[in-house]
Amino acid sequence: MTESTYRIQGATGEWEVVIGLEVHAQVTSNAKLFSGAATAFGAEPNTQVSLVDAAMPGMLPVPNRECIRQAVRTGMAIDAQINKWSRFDRKNYFYADLPQGYQISQLYHPIVGEGAIDIVLDEKNPETSTKRIGVERIHVEQDAGKLMHDQHPTSSYVDLNRSGVALMEIVSKPDMRSPAEAGAYLSKLRTILRYVGSCDGNMDQGSMRADVNVSVRRPGEPFGTRTETKNVNSVRFVMAVVEHEASRQVDVLEAGGKVVQETRLYDPDRNETRSMRSKEDAHDYRYFPDPDLLPLELDEAFLKECRQSLPELPDAKRARYVNDLGLSAYNATTLTADADTARWFEALLAEGARIQKKSEGEVAKASANWLLSELYGALNRLGKSLEESPVGPEEGAELLALVADGTISGTIAKQVFEIMLETGARAPAIVEEKGLKQTSDTGAIEAAVAKVLADNADKVAQYKGGKEALFGFFVGQTMKAMQGKANPQVVNEMVKKGLAG
Amino acid sequence: MTDLTDLTVADIRDGFRAGDFSAREVAEAFNANVAAAKALNAFIVETPEKALDAADAADKAKAAGETLGQLAGVPIGMKDLFCTQGVQTTAASHMLEGFVPTYESTVSGKLWAAGAGMLGKLNLDQFAMGSSNETSYYGNVISPWRRGGGDNAALAPGGSSGGSSSAIAARLCPAATGTDTGGSIRQPAAFTGISGIKPTYGRCSRWGIVAFASSLDQAGPMARTVRDNAILLEVMSGFDPKDSTSLDLPVPQWEANLSSDLKGKKVGIPKEYRPEGLDPEISALWDRGIEWLRDAGAEVVDVSLPHTQYALPTYYIIAPAEASSNLARYDGVRYGQRDLPDGAGLQDMYAATRAAGFGPEVKRRIMIGTYVLSAGFYDAYYTQAQKVRALIARDFELAFEKCDLLLTPTAPSASFALGEKQADPLAMYLNDVFTVPASLAGLPAMAVPGGLDSAGLPIGLQIIGKALDEQTVLNASLALEERAGFTARPDKWW
Repeated sequence: MTESTYRIQGATGEWEVVIGLEVHAQVTSNAKLFSGAATAFGAEPNTQVSLVDAAMPGMLPVPNRECIRQAVRTGMAIDAQINKWSRFDRKNYFYADLPQGYQISQLYHPIVGEGAIDIVLDEKNPETSTKRIGVERIHVEQDAGKLMHDQHPTSSYVDLNRSGVALMEIVSKPDMRSPAEAGAYLSKLRTILRYVGSCDGNMDQGSMRADVNVSVRRPGEPFGTRTETKNVNSVRFVMAVVEHEASRQVDVLEAGGKVVQETRLYDPDRNETRSMRSKEDAHDYRYFPDPDLLPLELDEAFLKECRQSLPELPDAKRARYVNDLGLSAYNATTLTADADTARWFEALLAEGARIQKKSEGEVAKASANWLLSELYGALNRLGKSLEESPVGPEEGAELLALVADGTISGTIAKQVFEIMLETGARAPAIVEEKGLKQTSDTGAIEAAVAKVLADNADKVAQYKGGKEALFGFFVGQTMKAMQGKANPQVVNEMVKKGLAG
Repeated sequence: MTDLTDLTVADIRDGFRAGDFSAREVAEAFNANVAAAKALNAFIVETPEKALDAADAADKAKAAGETLGQLAGVPIGMKDLFCTQGVQTTAASHMLEGFVPTYESTVSGKLWAAGAGMLGKLNLDQFAMGSSNETSYYGNVISPWRRGGGDNAALAPGGSSGGSSSAIAARLCPAATGTDTGGSIRQPAAFTGISGIKPTYGRCSRWGIVAFASSLDQAGPMARTVRDNAILLEVMSGFDPKDSTSLDLPVPQWEANLSSDLKGKKVGIPKEYRPEGLDPEISALWDRGIEWLRDAGAEVVDVSLPHTQYALPTYYIIAPAEASSNLARYDGVRYGQRDLPDGAGLQDMYAATRAAGFGPEVKRRIMIGTYVLSAGFYDAYYTQAQKVRALIARDFELAFEKCDLLLTPTAPSASFALGEKQADPLAMYLNDVFTVPASLAGLPAMAVPGGLDSAGLPIGLQIIGKALDEQTVLNASLALEERAGFTARPDKWW
């Protein structure tokens, strides 16, 4: 575990920043938290709305089992206490995007209690840069609808598609001390949610957004007054909010002022936060238990299913990649940072082991290197994501197998991969068709070496005179003469032999 | 030939099946009575064509030899708190004037599916808040009963289900739906000389009923006989996956198991229901009721429900708290009333809409509820009330260790004149003093008429049973009904 040394240098000395995040994550589910309405993103306004979501008279909420299940699985994934007895409360306030006039949430008895998330601040040295961030609670609640102010000159329109969609509110403890820690926490949380499958983590679609609580203090002193910046929707913005808000507070304090406890909004265009409402205007939400809903009681069978359905989680996976597969800490971290990447890598691994009749450990390094450098490089160039990759794990494994068994050299493999990307053809067919198989025919190589040495008699003389660096030149010329298809090891031996002759 | 509108639900059901009359004849007879009783103001909307359509369907089904629904040929009234597809549903408020649901409440849907026809939507206290029907936006319902001796004062039919009680007593419908939050079925039944049962909380789905106080609201039938109530309750009850508080239990065959033989049953008489100053006529009726149940074979025991005196204040914290939140959805944004003054912003629209859409009693309860849920007052009021509610429920549990049912008066007085208690909300709230405890405990309770007081007005008795034991409640009520021999009916003046 590690202590942050991040400090803001004020005019009057050093300040420490204290950060807590409340993350709203939309639960992956086909239906809303208390109604059967669909939840598709980007649908036409007011097409995903049931009578319950529109709060028609006499309509009643019925909890959606899948949403509860996903919240419980998320809690288990961060090793949190699962509350077998929880209850829904009404949070009362008036707004046009809130049809019921209250949000059904969980104030007094959340479904998930305390847990923790380990963040890594230096991916190359995870052992020495891991910090544990406490999670206070996770509760489930309804999302509100959306007001559209640009549809009519004097009125606002209401879109209730999101009204009633299930959210998990994941509340951290005030355990973060730098923008980097806040960013790492949010990224790690998103990774976990994606592994679990409880939230797609798409921050640009609003599936995940954070309320950022920031305060500053002199190192070692009690917490200062905090502000809460609402609805920040990217990791980068969260870090920017922390940075901006902390230095704003330092400026206020150093000018002799006081930080006001208030809600603020982030403006990404200007990179600043603005006051939205102060504590004095804070709503009295009149929370009370929702009388339309019975307390939620989870039985053992339900909990067991939730636990058994959890996948291997990122921390466990990373440890396995390092310990069992022999990958570097950095590669293991990169490969496990995203559930899709890990899934892709494991498919590549499984297929490679199958084709090459080797263990996964034996093919892991080459697979990881190829994925992280060759494939990622190509995808970056093409502007595509891993899911959109024109080359799948099976095709990749075939290519790697050809290198592993000496059929082609690494250099040729790069060419073959380019052709695969362009044509969609598979590696063995390309090698066959283009005659790219590398040769170990000692006669042909010997002849090529002899020609190279004869053509470069002056360099041979220099080599023999002690300029041993020229060895690589002879190898390169020979490979060139062989159009890259010669087995590099055989070439090496032949050149050595020729020069010795 | 007997007047068809004097028949009970059971008579109509059986007579129709026997071919004594057609369903259409029945519907026409009741439609005619409804049309001729505007002076009672019992209906907000009349739907004679719906009654006829259901009747014709019943006649056709019978002619074709098809299986008939349990209520085939029976027209009924529907309290205007139940959402009815294609028929205006107002909860007697201006707020919902013109609101026509696209959906049918579970309970009304079950009744139509059983073959019942709708005579109309019955008036009530606005959002079911009231005990005299004077809070309706559509004018108060008038009881068909009058005091004797030439006193023509218009009397309260009770509330909130006052349209239902008035219409049944005046033979505008043989039965009707009611809802009961703190006595809204039982007190109007007592005021008008009919019977009505509030079943165990969760028996009837609340889906599609305009909500007043979710943890207390229960639908139930109102009719002139205990048997008719059993018939209707069987149709109205049953598990509904759309209501999370609905009981997932089979519906008993209450009608088939009706029996007024109470041998082996113990009747508890709670001493707290006989406070100092109880109307002597009510007290005397209660004593007669005790004798009637003893006569039916029951053993009578004294019991105590020590927290009874806290029931009313507890109720008037919990019910308004829930109501203040339940009624937040009436904001002028999506349906119903909208008042949008020139240049108004969102907050102005809320204020104007709710100021115009809600009546004074509804506003009073929203304000009480908002207050008791406010930061700083929540624990002193709401939390405390929930604790007392648990104690009240426990009182009943302990009492039911000694007895099988309780006998009490239904209301502390007979009907009063309209306007008489309007100025004093607290005096009005006292009407519910005997009905509220069973509501807080979620227990089944039934009102049955016991006789007339010296002014010639009906007064009634209440049976409270154990949770889920509607059968004993119905059976004891039947025993009272048989012995009371209540045949009085209001003289037609309307």
